[in-house]
Amino acid sequence: MNMLRFMIRRILSGLVVIWVVTSATFFLFFKAVPEAAVARNLAGKAASPAVLQQVAKNLGLNQPILVQYWHFLARLVHGNLGKSYYLQEPVTTVIKQDLPPTVSLVIGGVTLWLIVGLAVGILSATRARSIFDRISTAGVLAGVSAPTFVVGQLLLLIVFLPLSKTGFTWVSQTPASIGSGFGKWSGYFFLGWVTLAVVQAAVYTRLSRGSLLDTLGEDYIRTARSKGLSERRVLYRHALRSALTPVVSQLGVDLGALLGGVIVVEQVFGIQGLGFQTVQSIARGDTPVVLGFVVLATFFVVVANIVVDMLYGVLDPRVRIT
Amino acid sequence: MTGALSDKAAEAWPTEASVADDVLVRVDNLVKYFPVRGNGLVRRTVANVQAVDGVSLTIPRGKTLGLVGETGCGKSTLARCIAGLIPATSGKVYFEGKDITNLRRRAMQPFRREIQMIFQDPYGSLNPRRRVGAIIGDPFAVHKTASGNERKRAVQDLMERVGLNPEHFNRYPAEFSGGQRQRIGVARALALRPKLIICDEPVSALDVSIQAQVLNLLADLQADFGLSYLFIAHDLEVVRHVSDSVMVMYLGRVAESGSGGQVYTKPRHPYTNALLSAAPAADPDAAAARRRIILTGDVPSPIHPPSGCRFHPRCPKAQELCSEQEPPLEAKAGDPPAHLTACHFPVETGENLADAVSRRAR
Amino acid sequence: MSVTEIQFQTKGMESAPVQVIEGRSQWQLTWRRLRHDKMAIASIIVILLVCAAALIAPLVATWTGHPPNQPFPNTGTNAFGNPVGPGTHHFLLGTDNLGRDLLVRILYGARISLFVGLLTTAIAAVGGVSIGLVAGYFGGLIDTLLARFVDAVLSFPVIVTALALAAVFGASLQIVIGVIAFFSWAGIARIVRGQTLSLKEKEYIEAARSIGANPWRIMFVDILPNLLGPVLVLATLYIPTAVSFEATLSFLGIGIPLPTASWGNILNVANDYYQVAWWYVVFPAAALLMTTLAFNLLGDGIRDAMDPRTERIFAGSQAKRGRRRRTVSPEIAVAAEGS
Repeated sequence: MNMLRFMIRRILSGLVVIWVVTSATFFLFFKAVPEAAVARNLAGKAASPAVLQQVAKNLGLNQPILVQYWHFLARLVHGNLGKSYYLQEPVTTVIKQDLPPTVSLVIGGVTLWLIVGLAVGILSATRARSIFDRISTAGVLAGVSAPTFVVGQLLLLIVFLPLSKTGFTWVSQTPASIGSGFGKWSGYFFLGWVTLAVVQAAVYTRLSRGSLLDTLGEDYIRTARSKGLSERRVLYRHALRSALTPVVSQLGVDLGALLGGVIVVEQVFGIQGLGFQTVQSIARGDTPVVLGFVVLATFFVVVANIVVDMLYGVLDPRVRIT
Repeated sequence: MTGALSDKAAEAWPTEASVADDVLVRVDNLVKYFPVRGNGLVRRTVANVQAVDGVSLTIPRGKTLGLVGETGCGKSTLARCIAGLIPATSGKVYFEGKDITNLRRRAMQPFRREIQMIFQDPYGSLNPRRRVGAIIGDPFAVHKTASGNERKRAVQDLMERVGLNPEHFNRYPAEFSGGQRQRIGVARALALRPKLIICDEPVSALDVSIQAQVLNLLADLQADFGLSYLFIAHDLEVVRHVSDSVMVMYLGRVAESGSGGQVYTKPRHPYTNALLSAAPAADPDAAAARRRIILTGDVPSPIHPPSGCRFHPRCPKAQELCSEQEPPLEAKAGDPPAHLTACHFPVETGENLADAVSRRAR
Repeated sequence: MSVTEIQFQTKGMESAPVQVIEGRSQWQLTWRRLRHDKMAIASIIVILLVCAAALIAPLVATWTGHPPNQPFPNTGTNAFGNPVGPGTHHFLLGTDNLGRDLLVRILYGARISLFVGLLTTAIAAVGGVSIGLVAGYFGGLIDTLLARFVDAVLSFPVIVTALALAAVFGASLQIVIGVIAFFSWAGIARIVRGQTLSLKEKEYIEAARSIGANPWRIMFVDILPNLLGPVLVLATLYIPTAVSFEATLSFLGIGIPLPTASWGNILNVANDYYQVAWWYVVFPAAALLMTTLAFNLLGDGIRDAMDPRTERIFAGSQAKRGRRRRTVSPEIAVAAEGS
């Protein structure tokens, strides 16, 4: 019963957040992109005022802002994200086309960073102060400091360039989707995954190491050990559960920041995904696409946060009571 | 008594009882409930923690009222209501005849000079990031009574008065021991020469040897400055040493009250008896001769207090009437009028409660 | 004249001036511990070097004869129009795609990074602390509103909004500072609010209320000093985030506009030339990494220095291979003197 109420509350507040963010973006772009500019961009610089008017009318740009806003909301509720000004296609189509590379990037990146981050973190904590721990701590410090795009560029320079010269072609810059086979697909995205993962893995290594070290020092772990349980059992059945809770919260925060990372990585590697499309659309003033991306992104963040909160509730029973 | 007075009035019609110059504080039927909110979306109040449930008391000028009870009986809550730190749910607090119940901060400000508090935790009651000179000087700063060098001299004077070295003016609380920190708290409370100091278990956290020093300091200050104390403790022996009159609380209500001599020599309430029997006696012969009264039953929760007399589930003398009717707080037959007890079957002289407890257990 | 004043006047005339012994504040103790932390000292040195680099940029420009925004197409680009490498024709670190001196541009870039990093963090700190304090202390409706606002800001897709703003107003230094500051203060506010909520329950705050202090005094005189430590650590760790953020925005083309040099916009163009000019990527990247790493290390170092109980891997001289230095901390020594 508590879970249900909790879910309802979170979903409601999530909806509010989506509404606020999309509305803010809407009004921002309305101010940003005067209809004249859009119309001119579409019709060409030499178009006469009459043509401009016609174009503007077609796009519905000359209506008062609140009317446009109302239309926007009405369409949104039906799942209709409008039509792109430039690509002459519904925004949903545009998104569908550009989604797969971004999804590949995100899934691979998140998986990689979680696996590496947690593994290194747990190993460091169980071998505290060893050589492994010291090296990983140094690595963490480096990883945490680097801006994502720098990592990407350095990878291109240090990994891709030499490899491409030696004829080792797995890591490539030719676009490939999962349909082309796992090898080609992973080869194309590999550097992107690593780029996304490096900074984040560092954060998660540090987080999980610290959290696990704290948990391992608790009295109830000492009790478990004194009961004669093997170290492995102590670790996996008792310590990990509570040590993972800060990791889960951090995940909630990071999923929000992921959008920025995706945009950057796609720019560095020239991957034609949603991020790439968004940057171009903003430059062109193609508001509907941008709004579509913002809605999608915020929706994703809200859902991810709700899932994360529920996961937190599973891990830490105390949260369920409040 | 008129009840039609606005809470915001700083002046209340003084009543006959408080006109007498020697009554400093009068509390009338103070009630404090803390709401317990449910888990629904709207969070309505489902129950109340009845922390203080109808307590009345008076503190005469220059005297000490000792307030005793076990943890959770509401004595700290009562103290904070009197000090104005927590709003009371109902009831009245009068200071020198004026109604100070639930005054807003600005209206309460002049009374803050007269009513001060000393806290229990010597480690938590001082801001670790401020120097002790600043901490003791706070009252002067807040009420704008002294500044600059004058304030510094006043603070150093206070430090000397409570037995601290004034050269330590610029030190941080971490550099003092527990006993010294309590002295700092006393100096802070004393700064504006208040009339009433509420001492909330001021020595509970200290070593026994230090306790005596701090208690003696408090007694000296009372003699020098004519202070009144509301002295809260859970240790009866400590209270006996310092109090003129004593009040025993149980689960938000008064069990027994009277002068120190009356309550200690002839305790009427079974709870008071139990408390006294548990206190360590200095004289080993007396200790051997006395038999512990051990209370049975669980400590009830203040959210769902027992019906009738709140003590009845644990009382060795409880009978059916006790669970039905709440006993009034009144002077029992043979007692002086100031000695009030709330019990249907008060303990008589010579009655041995320890036997009653073992009889019940059988 | 109140009774209090009369008493103190007479007392003052009798007693001789009293010696006052200084106590050791939290900051002095922290600094002492920090001094022994090798990593922290190293990072302070690096930061000072970066500051020095930023300061001497004009000097280097005149010394090499290469102003930061001036292209040298003859000496600075090779036959294919590509940048030349380090050491050619007095270009110590090579050139960029227009033949401009890379070293000089990197030094000028340091100015931008430091300026943006420090200014935005300062703004975010002041704003975040104020809002966090007010929200945490007053609670109730004010807190609910402010906390929701903070949550909303934190939910915003940051880069998208930055892109949008840049599209609206054009990329500029002011926009960059505004955007970074706007998104940074919320994180600080949230943490400060949390700290204030717990600090507010402490007994010494209750004591302050019982003296009659008004809420503003309590917030700034009693609560704030207890916040400064964590806020300092937080701010020091926010600086590299701000520097990184500025670099990212410039990389995406919506930060500092060319021709003004910023490490980010240098790398933006470098992205197309990495195959022929490794120096074009490596040196600005190294400068960025060095700076952010140094601030991160310093922040960690300060945090450890403030709370010596935390375990440190790269501890300074104190924890050599398990042998612990047996010292009595100054607090205990003083307290033991007499009760």
